Amino acid sequence: MMKSTDDLKYVNKKLPKLDSMALVTGKPVYLDDVAPKDCLIVKVLRSPHASAVIESISTDKAKLVPGIEAVYTWEDVPQQRFTMAGQTWPEPSPYDRLILDRRVRYVGDPVAIVAGETEKAVDKALKLIKVSYKVEEPVLDFRRAKDNPILVHPEDSWKSLCPVGADNKRNLCACDECSDGDVDAVMADCDVVVEGTYHTKANQQAMMETFRTYCTMDAYGRLNVVSSTQIVFHVRRIISNALGIPKSKIRVTKPRIGGGFGAKQSVVAEVFPAFVTWKTGKPSKMIFSRREAQIASSPRHEMEVTVKIGASKDGTIRAIDMYTLSNTGAYGEHGPTTVGLSGHKSIPLYGRNAEAFRFRYDVVYTNVMSAGAYRGYGATQGVFALESLVSELADKLGMDPTVIREKNMLMEGSHMPAYYNEPNDSCALDRCMARAKEMIGWDSRERVKDMGNGKVRSLGVAMAMQGSCISNVDVGSATIKLNDDGLFTLMIGSADMGTGCDTILAQIAAEVLQCPYDHIMVLAADTDASPYDAGSYASSTTFVTGKAVEQAAEQVVDNILENAAVWLGVTDGAEREGLRYEGNRVYDPVNGKEITLAEIAAKSMAMPHHTIEATVSNCSPTSPPPFMTGIVEIEVDKETGSVEILNYVAVVDCGTPINRNLARVQVEGGIGQGIGMALYEDVQYSTGGRLYNNSLMQYKIPTRQDIHDIHVEFESSYEDRGPFGAKSIGEIVINTPSPALNNAIAGVTGCYFHELPITPEKILMAIREKEKQ
Amino acid sequence: MLVQLTLNGKVIKEDVDTDLTLYTFLRNHGCYSIKCGCETTNCGLCTVIMNGKPVLSCAVLTVRADGARIETLEGLQEEAAEFGAFIANQGADQCGFCNPGFIMNALAMFREYEDPTEEQIREYLAGNLCRCTGYEGQTRAMKAFLAQRREKRMAREEEGGAGKSKTAEEYAAAGKSAEKEADQL
Repeated sequence: MMKSTDDLKYVNKKLPKLDSMALVTGKPVYLDDVAPKDCLIVKVLRSPHASAVIESISTDKAKLVPGIEAVYTWEDVPQQRFTMAGQTWPEPSPYDRLILDRRVRYVGDPVAIVAGETEKAVDKALKLIKVSYKVEEPVLDFRRAKDNPILVHPEDSWKSLCPVGADNKRNLCACDECSDGDVDAVMADCDVVVEGTYHTKANQQAMMETFRTYCTMDAYGRLNVVSSTQIVFHVRRIISNALGIPKSKIRVTKPRIGGGFGAKQSVVAEVFPAFVTWKTGKPSKMIFSRREAQIASSPRHEMEVTVKIGASKDGTIRAIDMYTLSNTGAYGEHGPTTVGLSGHKSIPLYGRNAEAFRFRYDVVYTNVMSAGAYRGYGATQGVFALESLVSELADKLGMDPTVIREKNMLMEGSHMPAYYNEPNDSCALDRCMARAKEMIGWDSRERVKDMGNGKVRSLGVAMAMQGSCISNVDVGSATIKLNDDGLFTLMIGSADMGTGCDTILAQIAAEVLQCPYDHIMVLAADTDASPYDAGSYASSTTFVTGKAVEQAAEQVVDNILENAAVWLGVTDGAEREGLRYEGNRVYDPVNGKEITLAEIAAKSMAMPHHTIEATVSNCSPTSPPPFMTGIVEIEVDKETGSVEILNYVAVVDCGTPINRNLARVQVEGGIGQGIGMALYEDVQYSTGGRLYNNSLMQYKIPTRQDIHDIHVEFESSYEDRGPFGAKSIGEIVINTPSPALNNAIAGVTGCYFHELPITPEKILMAIREKEKQ
Repeated sequence: MLVQLTLNGKVIKEDVDTDLTLYTFLRNHGCYSIKCGCETTNCGLCTVIMNGKPVLSCAVLTVRADGARIETLEGLQEEAAEFGAFIANQGADQCGFCNPGFIMNALAMFREYEDPTEEQIREYLAGNLCRCTGYEGQTRAMKAFLAQRREKRMAREEEGGAGKSKTAEEYAAAGKSAEKEADQL
């Protein structure tokens, strides 16, 4: 049932972020701005080989460089394995890492840690470390990794904590299959069966602020870790595991974060300065260079998704069969979980008429940089594959690609067997499609038009879904307390990484507490002070933590009324029920008496047993999907194969947008990243496994000349489990560009591309091929 | 080598290493608004104004700035707040890490062009990368800012005098009123 959000004061509004003026005037609020100036500089020596065993390592000369504090090798670090994935315990990602390992598994794997007083000294020392490697043959092709005799993790100390189908003796990080109905039987009965294999690369999040951490020891002998991270509580556990010290000895906080997009849902830099400071007792910091961020971090999982669709002649989609091969690289961070989304968050889109589905996957180890979490988290790869193939099916049947979608798309109220059997209680995907078509004028124009000047214009469409949390796993909590001046402190464990969640959560609190949103002071992401929160990922902060904030605020209002009743001398039950909380006062309509919030606040501090504070923890049994339709209009130059995007219309159902400005920018930014993935951002390796795209010169992310004219609208459903009807928006927005562009480009080339990015060279060759025929 | 330069109006005389970049020199002197995003002159985050022209401070040696006049966001707080309010009112500040470099280059553009076209804006700022916004919110903010500047200019021309300067709060309020207009752009 659609509820009205019209009478809301702070929710569903366009409000500036609470920290915006600091950000636009360049205030020193980021990690390297606030790190102590006497930090030891920490860097690591990285392996030049994709697979090798260190035979000997000599650090004597390096240690003699003036200003060098310490040099550590594999012999100096704890020998228990751990994972750097920021996930809830028991972690699905295998324990396959050491801080430094004798075996190196990709070009860039850390070999030694150097800490020194200046960057110059550290750079000099790094050059003086002598390593003798026994070089081994690497596994570089992920298609040949499973059951390859060469093992990425031959060691016996490798450990998997969850039954995810992992087996290090088979290079398997995970495998599984699930199904509903008899796919083979339905396929056999279908008029048309189409199949395709789609390959996506290990794209980099490329947030503008690279990975960075500083550490100090405090007065209690505890390790204080300040990091640019999305997951303070997981960082605490991971450092505890890595260093072999109790969690109680560690405190983790974060400053402002210069972008994350999932990259910072893994530990990347943290363990190195943590180890240095724990060993030396001195402050230290590690700032990743862009080169390091490109070659040794936590990018998207490379995937190859094979999809088969069975349909009737009239375009009714009856069965979907999907197999995903995912490349987790040298280590298993997020390997067992990202792959699931490729099927679970694409197949349900076509759940209306489907009689059966099957989804199988393997996640393999190889000797390339390990992957991690990147916005979309597997759904992006799956949606690219499935949506491309649905468009191919439409072409084959001579159908309009929007019509085949309208005929088969998931509707509100239906059940989703491929989505963990969850119900689809809030869904405006049909309205998203209708509005997107209207915005671009779909029904009144030619899909492909030769402009007669060597250029062709073409339209392409795609739909997408995501989740709003990990059902029954993600936990978000909020503590709200009333301060003596009548203002509130909101304590949360989630991490604003530029998304604006500090502001969004303050808006939710302000709506309930009926006060200006800047009367809510947000204290976020401090493992010592914040109530527990899994962290900001899986699109969950607004949906999970937001609901906790709403409920905590409601408890605070109850608490205020209870205390006000005492101070107003109200004892009668009915009169007590009639007391009105009005933001700045509590009013008793029976006798016209009132007590101001400031008075209540002052009294609550001055008198015992009246503390006004509430903590609520929230976890959702379902993960209501947001939905989206994207339609792109492009112009292809037939002489060069280059693509210009003329128009991108996007209509999103994220439930109630809490902040309409921030939600809109999420959409625009996600589409921008998605365009980069679709057209520019390539990941290429040398035959020895060295990554070529190791700078922003080699790895082209879109500029403002590549992206413009994105038109965003919202068609909201109302999700009862979310705060004020909200679902999520952070991730879904990256999913439509690749398949929509593939659809549009196919209008020009006559063929669909099965590998990203779709570069001008590939398009030009396809055009030439078409002209030959 | 001994260099002397003027940083945000203050003269600094210092003996510096010849390989010291202007980026590091300026951060060492408390200009923390300046960020580094790439080390390969692709991102624009380290933009400062040197002798009136925007430069990438990661690609300028401090010794080359000898005798130069350097401006960073620390010295342009009023202008930053004035234009920044328009960005904030679009929600286009986002993570904020690219904001100082982008704003420095935008301010340079606003000085150089009275009324840049959208194409000129895109070209002038092509070297200022942003991974959060998809650039659209930044463009809306610039258009709204320029529209307001145009209005103010016209009003001044009608009155035949210069308007009084505003406080940061007034600029923020003005930015908010231009929000509606920006939405329609």
